[in-house]
Amino acid sequence: MRALPFTLVRRHMKLQEVLSIIDGKVISDAADMDVEVQMGCGSDLMSDVLAFTHEGTLLMTGLTNPQVVRTAELAGIVAIVFVRGKLPPPETLALAEEKEIPLLASRYTMFETCGRLFQAGLTGCGLFEITLRQWRTTFEETIKD
Amino acid sequence: MANRQAQEITKLQELTYELTIGQVMTADVITVAPGDTMAQFREILRAHRISGTPVMEDGELVGIVSIEDLIEALAAGELDATVGETMSRQVQTLCVDEPLVHAVDLFARFKFGRLPVVDREEHLVGIITHGDIVRGLLRRLEVDYRAEEIHRYRASHIFEDIVADEAALVIGYRIIGKDFGRAGEASSSLKTTLRRLGFGPGIVRRIAIATYEAEMNVVIYADGGELVAEVRPDRICVVLLDKGPGIPDVEMAMQPGYSTAPDWVRDMGFGAGMGLANIKSCTDKMKLESAVGVGTRLEFIIYVDEES
Repeated sequence: MRALPFTLVRRHMKLQEVLSIIDGKVISDAADMDVEVQMGCGSDLMSDVLAFTHEGTLLMTGLTNPQVVRTAELAGIVAIVFVRGKLPPPETLALAEEKEIPLLASRYTMFETCGRLFQAGLTGCGLFEITLRQWRTTFEETIKD
Repeated sequence: MANRQAQEITKLQELTYELTIGQVMTADVITVAPGDTMAQFREILRAHRISGTPVMEDGELVGIVSIEDLIEALAAGELDATVGETMSRQVQTLCVDEPLVHAVDLFARFKFGRLPVVDREEHLVGIITHGDIVRGLLRRLEVDYRAEEIHRYRASHIFEDIVADEAALVIGYRIIGKDFGRAGEASSSLKTTLRRLGFGPGIVRRIAIATYEAEMNVVIYADGGELVAEVRPDRICVVLLDKGPGIPDVEMAMQPGYSTAPDWVRDMGFGAGMGLANIKSCTDKMKLESAVGVGTRLEFIIYVDEES
C-alpha cells in the first residue's frame, strides 16, 4: 500500500465548517448549521445515492430537482450541497424546508467541492460488500487477512 | 452558530405571533395607591417578590412604580415620600388581545421591566414581565413537543393493545403516475408512519429506500398504482401493484445497470438500472412478477430484529 502524500485526519464536521471549506452559501431558510455530517457522497445518480450512502451523509450533487430532496429524506442524508454554482428551483427549496433538510451552494465543480472536503478530513461512504465482492471477482483480487 | 440561533428565533418568533398577551400575562395584579409611602411599597415588593407594580387610583391606572424608583428614594433618604410623588406617570400599556410580539418589541426597544395590560375599555387586567414571556413560550413549546410525542407513544403501543395471536396493520397509499413532483410521497408517508410505530432507524431506512425505488418505477413506467404495507411487530411486507406495460424479461431487468428508462427520467437522476438491485440489497426477500400488457407486482419483506 502506498503512503498518501499527506496525512488525512478522518473526522466529522459541522455544516458551518463545511460551508467555510467550500466557500459556499446557505440557500435554505432556517438551516441548522450545527448539524454534524459524518461522511460525504458526490453523485448525480440518485439510485447510487440510495445504494451507497448511510445515515448522516452530506450529499454533493449537480441535480436540482425536488427528487434530490426526496432521496435525501428517505436515505437519511443530513444536508445537500449543489455544486457548480447551480441553484435549485422553488419546488426543491419548498420541499427541503418542509423536510428540514439544509441546502448549501458551492461555486466549485463537483470534483473540487468533494476534493476540498476530503482534504479537510471528511470521509467517503465506502462501498457495500456486494459491490466489493463483484469488484474482487472481476479483477481476481485475493482477499488478504 | 449564528444560523442555529436564527432557526430557534424563527420558531419562537412564530410563537410570539401566535400567542396573545392575555395568554402569557399574570392576571393577578398587585397594585399600590398613590397615597402609599415608599416604605410601604418596599414591603409589598418584598412580600410578593416582585420588582414593580401599577399604581391605581379609583380603579384607574395612574402610574407605574418600580424597584429602580425605590432605590433612588432610598439613596435620597426619602422613604416617607409617597408613591404618587415618585412614580412614572406616563404609562405604556398593552392590550390583552394584542399578539405577544408587541410586548417583545416594546421590551426590546425600551428598558421596561414590566408593562401593565389593559382591556379594550382601558381597565387593568394583568401585567407582563420578561419572565412571563419566557414561561409562556416554554409552556407552548412543551405543548407542541408533547403533541408529537403522544402521536409516537400511541402508535408505538398499538400492537401491545391488540389482543390476538397475530396482528398486522395494513397501510395503503395510491401512487399517481407520471407526476414527478409528487413521486416519493407514499414512501415518505410510510417512513413517518413506521417511525411513529417505533421501528428502529435502520429498518425504517431500508424500507424507505426500497419503497422509494419501487415507487419511482411505478411513476416512471406505469400510469400509477398502489402501495400496500403489511406491518407486523417482527416483519414488514410491502406490495406494489400497477397496471402498467409490464416487464418482458424480469431476469434481465434485475441485472444491475440494465435500464429501459427514457432520457427525461435519466435527467432526473434515475433510470440507471440500479433500482431493482437496490431494492434487493435493502430487503430480506423480494419477488417480482410481471406480465406484458397486464401489469407488475413487486413484493418485498424486511424482518425486524430486536437489536435494530
